[in-house]
Amino acid sequence: MNTNKTLNTSNDLRWQIGEDFHDKLTEGIYSDAATIAQNSVHKKGVTKRFRFDRTLDKIVTHKIWGFPIMLLILSVVLWLTIVGANYPSGLLDDLLIGNIHPWLKSMSETLTLPNWLSGFLIDGVYLALAWVIAVMLPPMAIFFPLFTLLEDFGYLPRVAFNLDHLFKKSGAHGKQALTMSMGFGCNAAGVIATRIIDSPRERLIAIITNNFSLCNGRWPTQILIATIFIGALVPLNFAGAISTFAVISIALLGIFLTFVVSLFLSKTILKGEVSSFTLELPPYRPPRFWKTIYTSLIDRTLIVLWRACIFAAPAGAVIWLVCNIYIGDTTIANWIILNLDGFGLLIGLNGVILLAYIVAIPANEIVIPTILMLTVMSSSITGIGEGNGVMFELESMAATSEILKAGGWTLLTAVNLMLFSLLHNPCSTTIYTIYKETNSVKWTTIASVLPIILGFLVCFIITQVWRIVI
Amino acid sequence: MNKATNNACEGCEINKASNLKKLGINIDKSDYVVSLAGNPNTGKSTVFNALTGLKQHTGNWPGKTVTRAEGGYKYNNKKIKLVDLPGTYSLLSTSQDEEIARNFILFGKPDVTIIVVDASRLERNLNLVLQVLEITDKAVLCLNLMDEAKRLNIDIDVRTLSRDLGIPVVPTVARSKEGVSELLKTINDVATGEIKCKPYRIKSLPKNIHNAIEKLRLEIEEEFPNVPNSRWIALRLLDGDERIIEAVKTGEFISE
Repeated sequence: MNTNKTLNTSNDLRWQIGEDFHDKLTEGIYSDAATIAQNSVHKKGVTKRFRFDRTLDKIVTHKIWGFPIMLLILSVVLWLTIVGANYPSGLLDDLLIGNIHPWLKSMSETLTLPNWLSGFLIDGVYLALAWVIAVMLPPMAIFFPLFTLLEDFGYLPRVAFNLDHLFKKSGAHGKQALTMSMGFGCNAAGVIATRIIDSPRERLIAIITNNFSLCNGRWPTQILIATIFIGALVPLNFAGAISTFAVISIALLGIFLTFVVSLFLSKTILKGEVSSFTLELPPYRPPRFWKTIYTSLIDRTLIVLWRACIFAAPAGAVIWLVCNIYIGDTTIANWIILNLDGFGLLIGLNGVILLAYIVAIPANEIVIPTILMLTVMSSSITGIGEGNGVMFELESMAATSEILKAGGWTLLTAVNLMLFSLLHNPCSTTIYTIYKETNSVKWTTIASVLPIILGFLVCFIITQVWRIVI
Repeated sequence: MNKATNNACEGCEINKASNLKKLGINIDKSDYVVSLAGNPNTGKSTVFNALTGLKQHTGNWPGKTVTRAEGGYKYNNKKIKLVDLPGTYSLLSTSQDEEIARNFILFGKPDVTIIVVDASRLERNLNLVLQVLEITDKAVLCLNLMDEAKRLNIDIDVRTLSRDLGIPVVPTVARSKEGVSELLKTINDVATGEIKCKPYRIKSLPKNIHNAIEKLRLEIEEEFPNVPNSRWIALRLLDGDERIIEAVKTGEFISE
């Protein structure tokens, strides 16, 4: 009873003072802040440094040059990652799969472990882990520090500034540029970052479209397939450049789709006004180079790698099992692949790829190892690998390419795989994060299903057009 | 000047080892709760890391911290729990990060709130400072990024600022740990009540609004005699803040 009295008084007073209370209060705060600052802050002219910031901002947020500069920076980062990761990847591959795996096998023979146990542990769990480390660690160890250096320097808010009016035109919030950038590292992190967006409508748009930012689990897939199939189309000298170009095109397509889908959502199920906001362009700060390298290696690279390993180990076990358990005279894997093949081929993929994506729902990182393994098994290539469900060694890109071609892969399959890798459901961690953030089964479902429908559509159209033209 | 030696001592681990023990995330029982508020991109997470020894990722863009991070340290045998709040420009709107920050200062009742500001952008940062000072009495202003201010040729009269705001002001460069031990001591002194704050209250308001706030404030104090921030609640009620109206109905902030 008592408390209602306070609320009643408050309501009466609100009628009396009218609607501009909020504005008057804000004005009061600003004017007080100005007075206090005046009393204690003394500026001694504009400095060189300020002018440097201003000049740099004029260049990187230039109406015409802003976008090419963004592209250039992205290209350099990706090119360094692609070119730089190749060699250490090969070394790790050689060590973990070329040397340690046979050694483990011979150990298990010496210990006379039963075949199913050594197969399950060494050919399933161990090889999945080894693959993930060999494929993921080098690109991440290059990509993350570079990205963090840019972040520390203060470039990200400039990207947001450049993209702001495009987001506004799409009926979304300008800060979505920041959450989108986070998504390039990890979609789950990007979804959490959408908390900086005030309006629930615009926040949902940002959450649903975050999956169109290629996350780090998908970069390796893009890079590997681009190197094998697209880089191989041109002379060796240009291979690195052309693969970089292919990967960037996919990343840009993702950004383009972010705008298209945002626009679609804001015109259909998430109608509403665009809200305005202030974006502060922080000063450029010289990044502390070694410290950044250290923390991004420890904080990001190892944590993401650890997560990938946790998901890869059971996935490796599952792969081995579906390849070695028979229903009648065929394995579970073969049975599923045969059933998925019809639909898969219709959209320019195949049953192997679709099955790999089902197995890899927990973590996109293990898509490529799974595909390779399943391809060998289902097309029964002989002479490579050591039996069903073994993720074997591949000494070189060329060997990988041979296997895939033997499995009936063409350039079309590669292009579609790259597209499908961009356009499919988010990984389970991201789905769970979306559910936690939205608290809604409906929006979680939409965010999960919408990209995969788009993926089927895009792959289908590309395939049909391709088959008519070529 | 002995400034140089001072700074050298600040950065030295031995200097702090006598009083400061970084506890990371071991914060089961704490004597005091201290929260870190401030505008985005002023270095709250860097201050947080400097005090707790944790390695929260820091980044040069506004909106990096959107959740509450917690850590702890021990100073003068007192265990202190430190809560890093999301950076916000104000506490008056309804986005989720602002709500997390505001609710913690209001309902979490920290013993001290450290307001981290960018010394090179003081005026803009003061907007938030004034709002925080409306909510809580016990605050310390951490005047961070002093190196950047210096490079921009900005001089700040710390004593005048401290007198105007009615709270202690500590200039720091959290990146290189300058001023951290001074900050630790000040936090301790405010928590123990050795330093008494008399925070500035927003003055430039039209007469009718001022009167309305006073009238409502007195009524709130009459009904909830122990509430420390009656004026802020009055402000929020007049602004029609649903969350606070709800809190007044349930009496959330007096239940202690």
